Amino acid sequence: MKIFKFAPLIRKSFMIWTKVKRIARSGFVNFWRNGFVSLSAVLVMIVTLFTIGSVVFLGAILSSTLQSLKDKVDINVYFVTSAPEEDILAIQEKIEALPEVKSVEYVSREQALENFKERHKDEQLTLQALEELDENPLGANLNIKANDPSHYESIAGFLESDNVLSGAGARIVDNVNFSRNRLAIDRLSKIIDSADKVGFGVSILLIVLSIIITFNTIRLTLYISRDEISVMQLVGASYRYIRGPFVISGVMYGFVAGIITLILFYPLTYWFREVSENFLAGFNLFEYYIANFGQMFLLIAGAGIVVGGISSYLAVRRYLKL
Amino acid sequence: MIYFDKVSKVYAGTTALHDITLTIEPKEFVSLVGHSGAGKTTLLKMILVEERPTRGSVFFESLALNKLSKKDINKVRRRIGTVFQDFRLLPNMTAYENIAFAMEASGRADEEIHTDVPHVLELVDLTEKADNFPHQLSGGEKQRVAIARAIVNQPDIIIADEPTGNLDPISTYEIVQILKKINDLGTTVILTTHNKGVVESVGGRVITMDNGKIARDDKHGKYAL
Repeated sequence: MKIFKFAPLIRKSFMIWTKVKRIARSGFVNFWRNGFVSLSAVLVMIVTLFTIGSVVFLGAILSSTLQSLKDKVDINVYFVTSAPEEDILAIQEKIEALPEVKSVEYVSREQALENFKERHKDEQLTLQALEELDENPLGANLNIKANDPSHYESIAGFLESDNVLSGAGARIVDNVNFSRNRLAIDRLSKIIDSADKVGFGVSILLIVLSIIITFNTIRLTLYISRDEISVMQLVGASYRYIRGPFVISGVMYGFVAGIITLILFYPLTYWFREVSENFLAGFNLFEYYIANFGQMFLLIAGAGIVVGGISSYLAVRRYLKL
Repeated sequence: MIYFDKVSKVYAGTTALHDITLTIEPKEFVSLVGHSGAGKTTLLKMILVEERPTRGSVFFESLALNKLSKKDINKVRRRIGTVFQDFRLLPNMTAYENIAFAMEASGRADEEIHTDVPHVLELVDLTEKADNFPHQLSGGEKQRVAIARAIVNQPDIIIADEPTGNLDPISTYEIVQILKKINDLGTTVILTTHNKGVVESVGGRVITMDNGKIARDDKHGKYAL
């Protein structure tokens, strides 16, 4: 009978299964019976995971705010009223061909007039003065957006080279407003740059600090169990058999803390939306959280499980003497 | 069964054991007596491989304990049952679970655990306290749980380090009776004690230690200090 050849193998895998089952069960029992210790470990881990989550949210807020600021930066090329439309469109095509340029919007004279009226709709006097004129006093313009604020410099350089803007001999460009915006644009690029760097550095620091605190807390919870660990060794338990339940408990601290953190974020982001609506340029943290919940779940619960498990693993090793 | 060959142990300059040569036969009941610091506990720690000799060798049957790799220590310990003055029960486990843990750690099957644990609990007369946690038990009861845990894997040898040190006379008497019963059933017992009455009621071999040396070794000795 072939089955007899496999009998030891079957017995061995059955034994492994029994051990896994026992380790998991005593991990759960430890977690439950050491209620107070588990509670404090979970609370500390919530702080860690909360920090990690907040860093993610902060990053999202920062990048969305920066994005909306970036969108506000542009270069406008104003044309004289007599500039022929085909010349303007030809220039638009040339500018669009530049790799640094994200978009070029053509605003016709009529459109410019509409925009003007819309902007000044509460100022009767201005509108009346406009009515007095026979002709539309506004010229067409091109609104240029770059892929990155640092690109405006080179786009402006390109525009300033004569042959670009001087259509068919006659000068058709009234004014390029880049020089006026230049200071603001330069400064903004620098702020964006350093905000990115500082934010990244601070985030890493916060995460590292909170992981260290978690690690120490778990080590303390195991310090309480050090006599227990030595008793287990005396009774003849193997290293793995002793370590297993503690690692399971550590994983559970992380998982429970992760779930609580994720639940806490729900009302907090909702509340944050209410207070921040006005100054965050329409960024909705709550919707961001709901939309990215899958990733947030993996990140927070995953980080909890990994930090909890590894901390316990390393801490038990310390108390496994001989 | 246990053999010490010229064993010395030095802790940071102080000599705890000095050139000990000693043989313990199977089924013996050995009482180890001596003042505190005479080296009794160090001797026991050598058998449990909690400490390793500075010089000399310790054998458990043909196994050289001083050369044992870390990984194999737990296999030796499963063949030794231990009982201590401070009980050393796992505080978060019930009496039943404490005993079952020793079996689980040795990789015994669930069915065996279900039949053997109630059996040893009955042997130490604690069937009713099976679900109590250590802090709900008296000193004598805790020590009986510890003994139940020590014998449940049917070890070759029981090491009892001052098992009656924290107990009242009646509990002490009970513990000694249980240890004698275990010995009668064929298990080697090594007991350290300060209690003259215990040594006399056991009545077996008595080894007297003094200053890390064996001062006397009497086949049917008495407590002589």
